[in-house]
Amino acid sequence: MTEATLSDYEKRLLDDFQKEFPLHPRPFAVIAERLGVDEDTVLDLLCELQERGLISRVGAVVEPHRVGYSTLAAMRVPQEMLEAVGRFVASHPEVNHCYEREHGLNLWFVVAASSRRKVAEVLADIEYRTGLPVLDLPLEEAFRLDLGFPLTWE
Amino acid sequence: MSLDPRDLELVRATQEGLPLVERPFLAVASRLGWSEAEVLARLRALLERRAVRRIALVPDHFRLGYVANGMCVFDVDDARVSELGRQVGSLPFVSHCYRRPRVLPEWPYNLFAMVHGRDRSEVLARLPEILAVLGDACHGHDVLWSRRILKKTGLRLREPRGSQSCFA
Repeated sequence: MTEATLSDYEKRLLDDFQKEFPLHPRPFAVIAERLGVDEDTVLDLLCELQERGLISRVGAVVEPHRVGYSTLAAMRVPQEMLEAVGRFVASHPEVNHCYEREHGLNLWFVVAASSRRKVAEVLADIEYRTGLPVLDLPLEEAFRLDLGFPLTWE
Repeated sequence: MSLDPRDLELVRATQEGLPLVERPFLAVASRLGWSEAEVLARLRALLERRAVRRIALVPDHFRLGYVANGMCVFDVDDARVSELGRQVGSLPFVSHCYRRPRVLPEWPYNLFAMVHGRDRSEVLARLPEILAVLGDACHGHDVLWSRRILKKTGLRLREPRGSQSCFA
């Protein structure tokens, strides 16, 4: 993994606008003013960061459970099945995060769909097709919801 | 709470990312056949109603070098988990913090806190701070490291199937 090299403007852009994007007809001009550069510079930087894959997008982040329903699920998958089960789980369009983790419960994923019933159907399908139990760990209370975190630079 | 069809259309049109042009909301508006003012007003209302959590620049932390992702989990007294969870959630290095159910005996942990770092030692260095907040209300903890990302797309609204809108 090579460390991403970033200019000071890029760092400030990434740091300052994770939480709050200006709802203004010319949002990039507002950002530019705050950074003390011009609008074109900001747009060029963002395009470049996006091309390098350092930002995934500039857009809306939807609140879970406000539109539809989601849960975190975990499975204990025998090592020799992990590749196939991981691919199968990730292939569901309702699965939007899927991680292999170093733990007995080694496959973790988030299932999101239009309703609680639809989420339950996806979990049941995964249990049925893999023959493995799925732990269902729905959110019960949110103390912090993906608000980004301060990036530190060396 | 439900979103009206125009809200859904708007969320779908913006969640994949705003176009990087001088007037991105106007570009979205033209695609939808709306006015720029309506796009901005509806987005503002969605944020106020907390249906949209934020409109933001979403960095790819992994590509930025935050390759260690530790899901820190704790078994915390039920009577105190809400109060303590709020405190853990306000620690600056915690990106997500949730209460979830235990599933005994397989899963004894009810508090989840996600900590990202450039390497594992950076994440582990944060753990004592969380444990100090939890004190004697915490009866066990673990850190689950991610080994591999098999899929990561963020929550997305999908195109409607027939007249049904679907969230996935």
